[in-house]
Amino acid sequence: MTALPPIALPVVVEPRTRRGRGRRPAWRRGPALVGLVVLALWVLVALTLPLWTPFGPLDPVDKRLLSPNAHHWLGTDALGRDVFTRVLWGARTSLPVAAIVILAAVIIGTIIGAVSGFFGGWIDAVLMRFVDITMAFPPILLAMAITASLGPSIRNAVIAMILVWWPIYARLLRAQVIAVRQRDFVDSAVAIGASRWLILRRYVLPMSYTPVLVNATMDFGQVVLLVASLSFIGLGARPPSPEWGAMITEGATNFYQWWIAAGPGLAILLVVLAFNFVGDGLRDTFDVRDDS
Amino acid sequence: MKRYLVRRIAVIPFLMLGIITMVFIVSRLTPADPLVSIVGARNLNNPTIVAAAKARWGLDQSIPIQYLKYMKNVFQGDLGTSFTTRKPVLHDLWDRLPATLELTSFALVIGVVGGVGLGVLAARHRNTIIDHVARFFALLGSSLPAFWAGLLGLYVLYSRLEWLPGPGRLDPRADPPARITGFFTVDALLHGDMSTFWSALRHLILPACVLGWGVIGIVSRLVRASLLDEFSMEYVRVARAMGLRERTVVNNHALRNALLPTITIVGFSFAYLITGAVLTEIVFSWPGLGSYAVEASRKLDFPAVIGVSALGGLAFLLTNLITDIAYAIADPRIRLS
Repeated sequence: MTALPPIALPVVVEPRTRRGRGRRPAWRRGPALVGLVVLALWVLVALTLPLWTPFGPLDPVDKRLLSPNAHHWLGTDALGRDVFTRVLWGARTSLPVAAIVILAAVIIGTIIGAVSGFFGGWIDAVLMRFVDITMAFPPILLAMAITASLGPSIRNAVIAMILVWWPIYARLLRAQVIAVRQRDFVDSAVAIGASRWLILRRYVLPMSYTPVLVNATMDFGQVVLLVASLSFIGLGARPPSPEWGAMITEGATNFYQWWIAAGPGLAILLVVLAFNFVGDGLRDTFDVRDDS
Repeated sequence: MKRYLVRRIAVIPFLMLGIITMVFIVSRLTPADPLVSIVGARNLNNPTIVAAAKARWGLDQSIPIQYLKYMKNVFQGDLGTSFTTRKPVLHDLWDRLPATLELTSFALVIGVVGGVGLGVLAARHRNTIIDHVARFFALLGSSLPAFWAGLLGLYVLYSRLEWLPGPGRLDPRADPPARITGFFTVDALLHGDMSTFWSALRHLILPACVLGWGVIGIVSRLVRASLLDEFSMEYVRVARAMGLRERTVVNNHALRNALLPTITIVGFSFAYLITGAVLTEIVFSWPGLGSYAVEASRKLDFPAVIGVSALGGLAFLLTNLITDIAYAIADPRIRLS
């Protein structure tokens, strides 16, 4: 929460055991379970698209601007394309994009956070000042600047979001590594002559990455939102590609044909809500306090 | 505490330099050409015009030289001139700041008041249907794409039901009140112009609610969690054993302690508010910093992009500093070090 503590507070995350013993953890019941099911359905639909719609996402298939009817459940857009088909296709952009961003940010953040926390010294100082600067401004402003500069496209939006996102995990992992480094088993590993890399890989990292994974899962929804937002302001996916944010932009220009924007908006809402349900359950399970 | 404050404040200029440098580097990595927005696509083939424009905007020099010149101007309080508005960036920022501040402060009030109320309600009725509905409402707020919610709201409440006015800060024909604070609502009141005041207020309702909903989501979850922590404390049990009404126990005892951590969330919400403001302003044609940032990014107007990023970063750093200090003052057990 604190903007820039010179050294982030160590956060040690332990599963809560006191409450709910003998029950399934919170992220596998209730709303979180609903979220998981919804996400699984989206993935399934994205993988088996042709089963769900007879149309292509880019082909004009009927008259323009038809309101929702039996053939076109969400109507047609300004070019006569089937909105429902395009909404389903949107999952093929948003879900992989979010996964790539989170995965890359976690990998980069883990490497840099681990090196920074484990070796300390000037490497740590340099890396953390860089992290401080990146985290000192709201993510969307930096993402906008980077995407604009590289040229608006979904690929560049992905690059921008990775660059904006990894410092969060680097800082989180670094704090964890510093906390774990001081435990006795690390000292004993040093005593028996294990090399530093071995200690880092075998002893420190496995004890440190849980909060990063938990936070990464909780961030998924935010990344989906940010992709859509960048596309909405014209800096991400470009028309005619069936991306939810870009489709909402098209809906905004056809303001009175509400169905063009309604579908993609609902799709974003469903996916992000599902991720947030799961994240909320994870929060209850792991009691993650630090989400700087 | 004093030393801590001095250190925290002393870091800010360095971070600002870092931010400006980073955005500067990002902006010069570009394969895209800002000249398009300066001279227009048609004149790009005209070498005379291009050369003149490059010289005019200092783009003909090497990048390190450009950087040094830019930094020299920054130290003299000059953030450069916008490629598109052709005005000093600082002037543009000053012009647009109040619109964003007015919108975000209304949203923050809605978010904090609504969030505390919803959080208390959820905690008092823990694990009942009320709690579940509150959780759903809160998560909905943080999941809703602000730009879509704004469009939907406009469609239903403005175009269909005509309950609320359309985009913009005032009705199209109305003149803005002379600037005192730059907040249209406040300025209109100061001038005693009630019709402008109502118009400005009505225009604020929808964007502020769209933006505030997300804050309600963040705040209400935190208030609920921290109130539940307080409920398990002995003093609450004592208060209940003494036969105090539940309302007194919550409002006069538990809530006071539970609200302390909420102070920190205001700093955290700020990042959310900026993101939300960028998107909300686009949908509502709100002439603030968010729409300025978007226009600048689209047109590769780098001086403006750097300026707006620097201002956003500064606001972010200051908000965090202030919330940390406020937290330390409100809870003397916190030792800043």
